[in-house]
Amino acid sequence: MMSPEHYLILAAALFTIGAVGVLVRRNAIVVFMCVELMLNAGNLTLVTFARTTGTIDGQVMAFFVMAVAAAEVVIGLAIIMAIYRSRRSASVDDANLLKA
Amino acid sequence: MEPITYAQATGLLSWTWLLIALPAAGAAVLLLTGRRADKWGHWVGVATIGAAFALALGMFASLAGLDDKSAATDLFTIISVGEVHIEASLLFDPLSAVFCLLITGVGFLIHLYAVGYMAHDEGRRKFFGYFNLFAAAMLVLVLGGNYFMTFIGWEGVGLASYLLISFWQMKPAAATAGKKAFLTNRVADVGFLLAMFLMVSTIGSLDFANVFNGAEGLSDGTSLALGLLLLAAACGKSGQWPFQTWLPDAMEGPTPVSALIHAATMVTAGVYLIARSHVIFSLNENVQTAVVVVGALTLLFGAIVGCAKDDIKRVLAWSTVSQIGYMFLAVGLGGAAFALGIIHLLAHGFFKAGLFLGSGSVMHAMNDQTDIRRFGGLWKVMPLTYATFAAGWLAIIGLFPFSGYFSKDPIIAAAFAREGWQGWVTGGAALLGAALTAFYMTRLFILTFHGPKRWTEDVHPHESPAIMTGPLVLLGLGSLAAGGLMATPVTDWLVPVFGEQHEAHGHLTHMQVTIATTAVVVLGAVLAWFLFRNGTEEAPHAAAWPVRVARADLGGEAVNRGLFERPGRLAANASVAVDGRGVDGVVNGLSAAVGGSSRRLLALQTGFVRSYALSILSGAVIVVAALMVVVIQ
Repeated sequence: MMSPEHYLILAAALFTIGAVGVLVRRNAIVVFMCVELMLNAGNLTLVTFARTTGTIDGQVMAFFVMAVAAAEVVIGLAIIMAIYRSRRSASVDDANLLKA
Repeated sequence: MEPITYAQATGLLSWTWLLIALPAAGAAVLLLTGRRADKWGHWVGVATIGAAFALALGMFASLAGLDDKSAATDLFTIISVGEVHIEASLLFDPLSAVFCLLITGVGFLIHLYAVGYMAHDEGRRKFFGYFNLFAAAMLVLVLGGNYFMTFIGWEGVGLASYLLISFWQMKPAAATAGKKAFLTNRVADVGFLLAMFLMVSTIGSLDFANVFNGAEGLSDGTSLALGLLLLAAACGKSGQWPFQTWLPDAMEGPTPVSALIHAATMVTAGVYLIARSHVIFSLNENVQTAVVVVGALTLLFGAIVGCAKDDIKRVLAWSTVSQIGYMFLAVGLGGAAFALGIIHLLAHGFFKAGLFLGSGSVMHAMNDQTDIRRFGGLWKVMPLTYATFAAGWLAIIGLFPFSGYFSKDPIIAAAFAREGWQGWVTGGAALLGAALTAFYMTRLFILTFHGPKRWTEDVHPHESPAIMTGPLVLLGLGSLAAGGLMATPVTDWLVPVFGEQHEAHGHLTHMQVTIATTAVVVLGAVLAWFLFRNGTEEAPHAAAWPVRVARADLGGEAVNRGLFERPGRLAANASVAVDGRGVDGVVNGLSAAVGGSSRRLLALQTGFVRSYALSILSGAVIVVAALMVVVIQ
């Protein structure tokens, strides 16, 4: 039997991997996947706590997150496509026009 | 004292506003129609002032038929705030009636003269527009039924005077003279404004009747302040000491302007103000003394400087300063002398206007030369100008039976009638002024018309056209006769304004004063004839110190420069320094600090999404850490 701590540790690990991925990877698709990883780490936490407390609030919250993430994916991928078409590159470092 | 009331206007007298509206409409037409009116515009100017003169004559006749000798009209309300109500009211009473006749009558003659004088000037239409504007403003000044209306006219004539002095604004001297006149008048006008504020705060009204009836209840200090403030305003407008310096410079304007505005009418507005406010001035003896001192000082000041000047118009200008000094002296003496001041004002209006127009005629003939050392022997070529100038000369020096004798001698006699040593001082000053007047006017007359010719080579003097000599002849006749004809009737006419007065008798009888005056006048004139019958040196080399001082306007300019201009410049420079280093320093320092720090902060804007993400993560970590610290505690 696995205790809730295992799930939380897994979620923290996933979140850390995602955050590091966002910070160190240059490919916009990979960065995007890392963001999804972080969102899902959050979902895992929500569901875990819902399970421990015996309520369904957390589970409902997880559904919301998924819905928002789906919408975000649509927009995010569209932006990445547009950037790739105009710059022939999917590197986030190349899209640095908004600097001082 | 019984309360002063003014009767409502009826019949022709309820058309008082039309007196002002006529020249105002003329000014509007002339200034708004533009070049289209160039051909006939000047006749509009002459016609409106002529119609105003005819109307003034008719109103004068109707006023003479009234019992209470006053006609007040309320046109509309200008200001109504709380307890203070200011109406656009007009008052036609004996005092304003004589001023209206002088302004429109002499004004009409000078307008007519200007048609000829300005014939070759491109701006003749504009000139007549300003001239009509002046007449309208001057009529508002003398017809106003409260101090506010008088003030509107007061400022209006100031504006017209500025526009006309600097009429030839391409000449730097004329532009400067206009500004000087305007600014000097502004300084003095502060006195008028403060006096009005004082009236509103103590009496609660600016209406002549209310102010005069309420003036008796004023404390000594208030009446003193009120009188001195009004005196300051009057001194500014009338070119009296210590504001005299603008008037001679105003001669930069065209000669008809000098004749109408700076001799006959506008500069006498100060005398009008004092005569109109005679109730206030009679309240406080110190105020009266101040007016007498200003008058006596200025009449000597003007006469002394007039002796040393070589410019025909400047001599006449200083003579105007001096003659208005006589009027101030008269209205300062109070009592019966109020009417004497007005009589001298009217007589002066005629002969000084005539003298100025005569000098304009001479300048016209001599290619705009104004230096009397360059004239001489003109009597043969300009007989009409010569004769009318001679009439003005006889009138101003005051020989029997010409104008000045009837207007100036009684003032000198009244000056001697002051009590104690003051009578000797003021009377002596007035007598000395008469001698000096005879001297400088004879000098001017002899150097211009007699003696050897000292003309510049290219002049061919000729008599002026009829449109100029006509007004000259009429003014000349007026100069000779006006004083004698007006003296007694005008005194009686003004009784409703100043009240029944009895002539004061003092140190000398009237006969003794007459003999003394005639003696000093003849002495002055003969001395001038003796000194200048053979002309004068064209460029005197070493003049004695009194002449040098008088040529420098007795230091009037130097005083202004030292007392006002230099400290003013210092203060201006100091405030520039404070502004530049202090105020600007703080403001510039602040903006430099903001700019510098934001330039440093700009380094954070790298454009790399990953570095932004790192900042967000660090921020989130810090927030979570802070929360944990709080929760654990």
